[in-house]
Amino acid sequence: MAYGETPSQTVGPYFAYGLTAGQYGYDFTDIADPVVAGQDAKGEHIRITGTVFDANGAPVNDAMIEIWQADADGVYSEKPVDVADTGFRGLGRCGTGTDAKNRFWFDTVKPGVVADAEAPFVNVIVFMRGMLVHAFTRFYFDDEAELNAKDAVLQSVPADRRGTLIAKRVETPTGTEYQIDIHMQGDAETVFFDV
Amino acid sequence: MSTFKPRDWGSHAPFIAPGYKSTILRGPSRAPLAIKSGLTEGTGPRFAPAAVRELDFDLTKNGVVNGEPQGERIVVHGRVMDTDGRPQPDILVEIWQANAAGRYVHKVDQHEAPLDPNFRGSGRCFTDANGNYKFYTIKPGAYPWGNHFNAWRPNHIHLSLFGPGFATRLVTQMYFPGDPLLELDPIFLGTEDAAARERLIAKFSIDKTEEGFALGYQFDIVLRGRNGTPMEN
Repeated sequence: MAYGETPSQTVGPYFAYGLTAGQYGYDFTDIADPVVAGQDAKGEHIRITGTVFDANGAPVNDAMIEIWQADADGVYSEKPVDVADTGFRGLGRCGTGTDAKNRFWFDTVKPGVVADAEAPFVNVIVFMRGMLVHAFTRFYFDDEAELNAKDAVLQSVPADRRGTLIAKRVETPTGTEYQIDIHMQGDAETVFFDV
Repeated sequence: MSTFKPRDWGSHAPFIAPGYKSTILRGPSRAPLAIKSGLTEGTGPRFAPAAVRELDFDLTKNGVVNGEPQGERIVVHGRVMDTDGRPQPDILVEIWQANAAGRYVHKVDQHEAPLDPNFRGSGRCFTDANGNYKFYTIKPGAYPWGNHFNAWRPNHIHLSLFGPGFATRLVTQMYFPGDPLLELDPIFLGTEDAAARERLIAKFSIDKTEEGFALGYQFDIVLRGRNGTPMEN
């Protein structure tokens, strides 16, 4: 390698007026927001929600979560991400500082299968004050047991930790939700990936 | 499409760097599991030109209400490349920072330094066809934080880049040369490799300095390179 990588540094506590301005009510435009798929996107419309917990089990109120996923047909979008797009965008970004319970949420469609021997999943990045390096993880879906059992990445995770990656389907008055928490440490510590 | 070389952990801080206290409760305690980089990690979001408006690259103008922002005007030039030196065109660079007094617009920041009504402190730009970017801003001030007694963050600008794939995502901070707070800052020092830390410090450039207007700095950014063998689809 001719050049060394630029080190990662923490996103810090004060990212909102730069990265998530609309969500937090700052006067700046957004390049992404919690809507991953607008109302016109093809597929099963779902909401993904969860809470980030620190080692003491306290909810983290200044994390930023980003997700990147395939559309309902299992295709990663090559169309530029645009927050005015009412169709499928592919990218979502949400801070945990505006919900009363410090949850993150994404309005999206359930992704399709991208490749053979894979289950549907969402790519996730976790940023927060107190993380010098962001962490990659994935959200899988609990109603895809058959495909989950064939997914090479999921099956490479020790069985007793696999559940940390699987979101639980819940029917709510406002629609279908998949719930999944992110635990930074402890018995339920989320599996993070070196991608 | 090709896949990316693995992240070079020698260039990055560990998840838990005890000098930076928040990492103790917030960094994962277990090593991340390696997975083979595939289609998923090779893809990533692109952004429409409209994502960057005319004044977004000029923080000395994009928050103006009734006058010029206070402080020392600077211009930051940089080149985004990969570890093989390949320029990275059309990369979205997002930036945010404190004002000249060391105060962030963010509502959570309670530091008793004045807000500047003419400075928001956030912006964005794209790299050009040669991987070069440029933004104008005000040199951010140092500010105290609660990590330890008499803790002060060095002057810094936050930067966020997607790079060509989701795997190349980078959030970092740019520091200024000669800042005496650097050797006391656990966030800067969280990167254990001294040579890697140097890559976080911009270089002053008289060539980039604009006569009678703004001091110039150069801050190049290096993202993970690609594997040589094209990926099979």
